[in-house]
Amino acid sequence: MSAGASAAGTLPPTRTAGAAAPAEASAAASALEAAWLALLRDVQLAFRRRGQLVQPLAFFALVTMLFPLAISPELAQLRAVAPGVLWVAELLASLLALEFLFRDDAHDGTLEQYALSGQSLTWLMFAKTAAHWLLTGVPLALMAPLAALSLGVAPAALPGILLAVIIGSVTLSLIGSIGAALTLGLKRSGALLSLLTVPLSLPVLIFGARATQLAINGAPLLAPLELLAALAVLAITLAPLAASAAVRISLE
Amino acid sequence: MSWTWFHRLASPPYVYAFAARLTPWFAWPAALCILGGLWGGLVLAPPDYQQGDGFRILYVHAPSAWMSLMVYTTMAIAAGVGLIWRIKVAHAVAASCAPIGASFTFAALVTGALWGEPMWGTYWQWDPRLTSELVLLFLYLGYMGLRAGIEDTQRADRASAVLAVVGVVNVPIIHYSVVWWNSLHQAPSVMRLAKPTMPPSMLVPLLLMLLGFTLYFVAVLLVRLRGEVLGRERTASWIREVVSA
Amino acid sequence: MRAFFDMGGYAAFVWPAYAVTFAVVVLNVVWAQRALTHARAAARRRLSARSEGP
Repeated sequence: MSAGASAAGTLPPTRTAGAAAPAEASAAASALEAAWLALLRDVQLAFRRRGQLVQPLAFFALVTMLFPLAISPELAQLRAVAPGVLWVAELLASLLALEFLFRDDAHDGTLEQYALSGQSLTWLMFAKTAAHWLLTGVPLALMAPLAALSLGVAPAALPGILLAVIIGSVTLSLIGSIGAALTLGLKRSGALLSLLTVPLSLPVLIFGARATQLAINGAPLLAPLELLAALAVLAITLAPLAASAAVRISLE
Repeated sequence: MSWTWFHRLASPPYVYAFAARLTPWFAWPAALCILGGLWGGLVLAPPDYQQGDGFRILYVHAPSAWMSLMVYTTMAIAAGVGLIWRIKVAHAVAASCAPIGASFTFAALVTGALWGEPMWGTYWQWDPRLTSELVLLFLYLGYMGLRAGIEDTQRADRASAVLAVVGVVNVPIIHYSVVWWNSLHQAPSVMRLAKPTMPPSMLVPLLLMLLGFTLYFVAVLLVRLRGEVLGRERTASWIREVVSA
Repeated sequence: MRAFFDMGGYAAFVWPAYAVTFAVVVLNVVWAQRALTHARAAARRRLSARSEGP
C-alpha cells in the first residue's frame, strides 16, 4: 500500500539551488519514475482484487445481450445496429469502471500524498489513468469483437472493430479521469459522473461507430480511425492536466 | 496605464454597488430593442415567400440559440479567469451565467422543434445543429449539477470552472464531429432563410432582437451577480452596511 | 387583426414558440431577483448570528 509513497522518498534529490538544467532534467526523470511506479502500484493492487476488474466486462456483456432480446434475434437486424450497440455498451461499461479509478486512493489518503509529494501530479494522473486503461479499457476493447460476432458481424470486420475500440477506449479513459477527479468524494456521484463524462465523450462515440460501420461494410476505415487517433492524442496531452487540476481542487 | 479599473472589477463590494447602478442602463435599452424587434418581426416584416408567416418563429428562435452559445462562452471565459487568477467575482459571473444559458438552450430547442414541424415535417431531427444544441444543454446541466453536488462554494467554483473550460474546448469538437457524421450519413438540413439574402425588412428586426437579448442577458447577469457575490463574502464588513440598508 | 393572430395558418406553432420564449425571459428575471433577495436575507442572517455569538 505504501509502495508509491516510499518510492517517492527514495528517489534522488532533484532540486539543487543554482543547478538549473541538470535539476530540470533529473526532475523530469524523477517525474517519469514516479509515474511508472504509480502505474505499477495500481496494477499490482488491482490484481489483488481481481473480482472488481470483471464487473465492467460482465456489464458490457449484459448490455450487449439486451439488444437481441429487446429488438430482435435476427442477425440481419442486429448487424444493422451493431455499431451503435457496441459503442454504447463500451461507453456505459467504461463509466462503470471509472468508479474505482480514484476511489481507493482518495479513501486512504494516497491521492493526497501524490498531490503533496512534489512530483508532477499531471504525470501521476497520466500514470493512474494509463493503469486504469490497461486494467479496464483494454479488456473491454478485447470483448468488443466477441460482442460483434454475437450481433451477426462477419469475422472479416473484427480487426478493424478491435482497432477502433482500442483507440477509442484510450480517449474514454482519459475523459473519464477528468469527471472522476471532479466528483471525487461526492456522495452518489455515479449519475453526476455520467452527466459530465458522456457529453464530452460523444465525438469518440460518433467516430467510433462510424469506423465500426465501415468495417462491417468492408470499406476502408482509415478516416474515422485517424480522427479517433487525433482525439486520443488530444486527450493524452490535455486530460492529465485537467485531471490533476481537478484533483487538487477536490483535495483542497 | 492604470489598472485600477481591473482591480475594482475584482472587488466584491465595488461590483455589488456598480452592478446595481449599471443594471437599468442595460435593462431599458434591452426592453426597447426587444419591443422594436417584435414589432418589426411580427407586424412590419412581410411574410416569407416559402414559409409564409411561419418564418416569424425566427425572431425568437435565433435569439435563443444565440443566447445559448454566447452565454456558454461568457461562462467559460469567466470560469477560466477565475481559475487562473483566482478571482472570486469571476467565479460569481460564471455561476450567474449557467441558469440563464440553460433556460435559453431549452427555449432554442423548443422553438426550433415548433419551427421544424410545419416546415420540415418533424419536431426533431438528429442533424448537426440540433444535436450539438442538445449536447450543449447537457453541458449546462452537468455544470449546474456539479455545482449543486459540491457543498463548499470554493471547491464548487473551481471544479465547475475546470468543467466549463474542458466543455468549451469540446463544443467545436462536438459540432464538427456531428457535421462529419451527418455529411457521411445524410444530407444536412439547410435553413431556407440564408441570412445574407434576407431583405432589410426581415433582417433589421432580427438584429434588433439579437441586440436586445444580449443587453437583456447583461441586465439579468448583473442582478444574479450581486446575489452570487454576496453569497461568497462570509461576514465581510461591507455587507453590514449594504444589507441593513 | 384576425389575420395577425392567425399567422397565415401557422398560429399553432408561432404563438407557442413566442410564449415559451417569453416565459423563459420573464422567469429569468424573476429567478434573478429572487436569488438576490435570498442572498441578502442569508447575509443578514449570517451577520446577526455572528453578532449574537461569543
